[in-house]
Amino acid sequence: MPAKVASDWLNSCSGCEIAIVDMGERLLTVLELVEFVHIPVLMDHKYLGQKGDGKHIAIPVAAVGILSGGIRNAEHLEVALEMRKKCKAIIALGTCATHGGIPALANSYTNDEILDRYYSTETTDKTTERPSDGLPALLDRCYALDEKIKVDIHLPGCPPHPDQVFEALVAFLEGRAPNLRDKSVCDTCPTIREGKGDLKQLRRFLQAPHINSPGDPLDKMRCILEQGMLCMGPVTRAGCGGDGVTPRCISARVPCRGCSGPVLPDGNQRLDMLNALASNGIDIGSFPETKSMLRFSGAHHLLRPARK
Amino acid sequence: MTQARIINISPITRIEGHASIAIQLDDDGNVSDTKVHFQSIRGFEKFVEGKPAEELPRIVTRICGICPWHHHLASNKAVDRCFGVTPPPTGHKLRELVQTIAQAEDKLLHFFFLAAADFVIGPDADYAVRNVIGVAKANPALAKKVVTMRQKAKMIIEKFAGKAIHPVAGVVGGFSKPMTEEERKWMLADMREILDFALFTIEFAKTQVFPKYLDTIKILGVIKTGFIGTVDKQGALNLYDGDIRLMKPDGTYTDFDVQDYTDYLGEHVEPWSYGKFPYAKSWGEGFSLNLDQPKGIYRSNTLARINVADKMATPRAQSELEEFRSLFGRPAQATLLYHYARLIEEVYACEHAIELLEDPEITNPDVRAKVEPRAGRGVGCVEAPRGTLIHDYSTDENGLITRANMIVGTTHNLGPINMSVDQAARALIKNGVADEGILNKVEMAVRAYDP
Repeated sequence: MPAKVASDWLNSCSGCEIAIVDMGERLLTVLELVEFVHIPVLMDHKYLGQKGDGKHIAIPVAAVGILSGGIRNAEHLEVALEMRKKCKAIIALGTCATHGGIPALANSYTNDEILDRYYSTETTDKTTERPSDGLPALLDRCYALDEKIKVDIHLPGCPPHPDQVFEALVAFLEGRAPNLRDKSVCDTCPTIREGKGDLKQLRRFLQAPHINSPGDPLDKMRCILEQGMLCMGPVTRAGCGGDGVTPRCISARVPCRGCSGPVLPDGNQRLDMLNALASNGIDIGSFPETKSMLRFSGAHHLLRPARK
Repeated sequence: MTQARIINISPITRIEGHASIAIQLDDDGNVSDTKVHFQSIRGFEKFVEGKPAEELPRIVTRICGICPWHHHLASNKAVDRCFGVTPPPTGHKLRELVQTIAQAEDKLLHFFFLAAADFVIGPDADYAVRNVIGVAKANPALAKKVVTMRQKAKMIIEKFAGKAIHPVAGVVGGFSKPMTEEERKWMLADMREILDFALFTIEFAKTQVFPKYLDTIKILGVIKTGFIGTVDKQGALNLYDGDIRLMKPDGTYTDFDVQDYTDYLGEHVEPWSYGKFPYAKSWGEGFSLNLDQPKGIYRSNTLARINVADKMATPRAQSELEEFRSLFGRPAQATLLYHYARLIEEVYACEHAIELLEDPEITNPDVRAKVEPRAGRGVGCVEAPRGTLIHDYSTDENGLITRANMIVGTTHNLGPINMSVDQAARALIKNGVADEGILNKVEMAVRAYDP
C-alpha cells in the first residue's frame, strides 16, 4: 500500500513545490511509493467538496502532511489545523514554514502600514477601500508553522534542495530520521580561509569577489567574507547545495544571505552574526542596516513593528 | 423550491497561486454573479523600504517561486537605472540567456504538469486521475521524456548559475560570473536537445490534442479584450528588453517606454480581491469587467505577446506564428489559445537560447560594471511567463530603497480571468446543474492564463 500524502502551500511563493518537481526522475519513483490525496498545485481535491457545497475545510486522512509557507491569514490557519488533525506527521517544508522566510519581513510593520502602501502606490486608483468580501482576514503578523501547530520534521531552505526533499520523503517512508546537515554553510564551503587580516569594515556587494582567473574553481577563490563582503555563511544552516554539497550562492560567486535559517533551529541569525563580527573587530556600526540579517527568519517575534 | 445558492470552488487547483471562485446562482439555478477571489497579500512594496537597493534582486524573487528569474532581472534592471550603471554587453547577454532558458522550462512545466490533464485525460474524468500523475500512468514513455527534458533545462541553470529557484547570479551592473568555453559547449548541446523536444511538443499538440477540442476552444472563456507585451525595434516579440506595446481590442496599438508606464497603466481596487486590477488608463474609458462592454481591459502572457508582436525573431517560431495567424487571425481572442501560443513561445525560447550560446561574445569575461550607490529612480521590466513585469524603485543618496512599486505579470490578467470565468459559468451552468466536470471546465478558463 502506498503511503498517503497530503500537501498544501500557505503564505508562500510555490518555490518549495517546484523543488518537489525538481526531483526530476526521482519524482516518478516517489509517485510509485506514495499516493497524493491532496496537493492543490498538481491535483483537484477541493477544501469544500468537489461540488463546492461544503461549509468547512476538509482534507483527507494521510500518513504525512507537507506544508510550505508560514501562516499569515485565517485560511492558512484553518488549513494548518485541519492538516494537523488529519495527518500522523507534519513536515514543515522550506524556510517560510520553519522560520517565516522573506514574507516575515512584513513583521517589521503593522498590517495597516502594509495595506496603506499597497493600496496607494503610484499606479493605484485613489481609494479608501480595504478589500474583505469573501477574503480570509489577515492575522496580526506572519507566523512560522510551529508557532501554531506541532511540527515533526523541519526542512528549511529557500527552497530546500530537491536532494533534501527526496531524502526527507524516503526517510519518512522508511521510518527513520532524515539525514540532514546540522553544520554551517561555512563548514561546506570550498573557498580558501586564511584569517581576516586587518579587516575593520565590510563593503556592500557592489563588485565581484576577486578571483585570479575567470575559469578558476571555487577552491582557488578566497572566502568572500575575508575579502571584506558580508556573507551570512557562519550563522546559516548548511544543506542548500544538496548532495553536491557546495553552497549554491557561493557556486555563483555570490555571498550567502542566510536562506536556510539559523544553524540551530532557535538561533538568531542577526545577533549571532553581529556577535561574530564584533568579536573579530569589525565595525558593525558601518552597516547601512542589519534587519536584513533576519530576512529569512523574522517569525518567532524576532522582527516587530517599530514602537511609535 | 428555490435553487439559489453559492458554489465555492476552493482552492482553484493546478494554478500557481492562491485563489477561489464563488458562483452565485439565482432562484432558477442560473448564474447571477461570479467572483474570482485573489487571496494573497504579502506587502513587498512596503517591506523592501530601507533595504540596500543592490539586495532587492535577491529579496523580490520570493514574489514567485515559479518565475523568480524574471523578478530577479526586472529588479536588477531597476537598480541599474537607480544607480546609473550600464552593464557590459555580455552581462546583459548572460542575464537574457538564463531568463530565456527559464522561460523554456516554465512552459514545459505548465503545459505538461498543470494543463495537460484536462486535454489528455479529459475535463470530466475523476479528479483522482485528472492530473499529471494520471497522465504519467496513461503514457509512461512520454512522462519520462517530459520529466527528463524539463529537468535538463532546470539543471543547465543550476549548474551554470548556482541557484535555479530564487537565483542570485544576476547582480547590479551585470552578471556574477563569466561563462567558460566548456560551459558554453555543454549548454549548447543540451539546448539543442530541448529545442527538438519543443518541436515535438508543438507537433504533438497540433495533431493529437488541439483538434479534439476545437469546439471547446471556440467557446470556453472567450472574451474580447486588448493585449500587452514587449517588442524589439523591428516589432518582433522580445522577452528581455524593448518597448511596451499596448493593443486595443480592434488591433490598433501604441508603443511606449516602460519608464513612462504610469501614464498608460492604472490599478483598480475591488472590495472582493486583495489583488489589484491593472487596466489601460491611457484609453480614458475607466475600468469595467462587464462582459458585453468591458472598459480598460487588456491581457498579458503568451497569447498577448504573440498578438502584439508583428513577427517572431527566430525562423521556426516565425513559421509557427504564420500558421497560427492563418487559422485564428490577429489579434486572436479565444482564451484556450493561450496554450497554443505558449508552445510557439517555447520554440522561440529554445531557438533564441541557442542563438545566444552561438554568439562568440557570450564567453567575454567582462560581465560586470563598477557600481556606486546613489539617489535615483529606475523602472525595470522583462516579460515574465505570465506577462509584462514591472519593478519601479527610488533610492536615497546611500542607495537605500525609499519607495517601490511593482506590477506583476499575472495581475494584468486578474480582470480578464474574472471575465472568462463569468462567461464560462454562465454558459455551462443551467437550471442549477453544476457537476464536477462542469466546475472543472470553469476552472479550465482560469488555467489557460497560467496564473
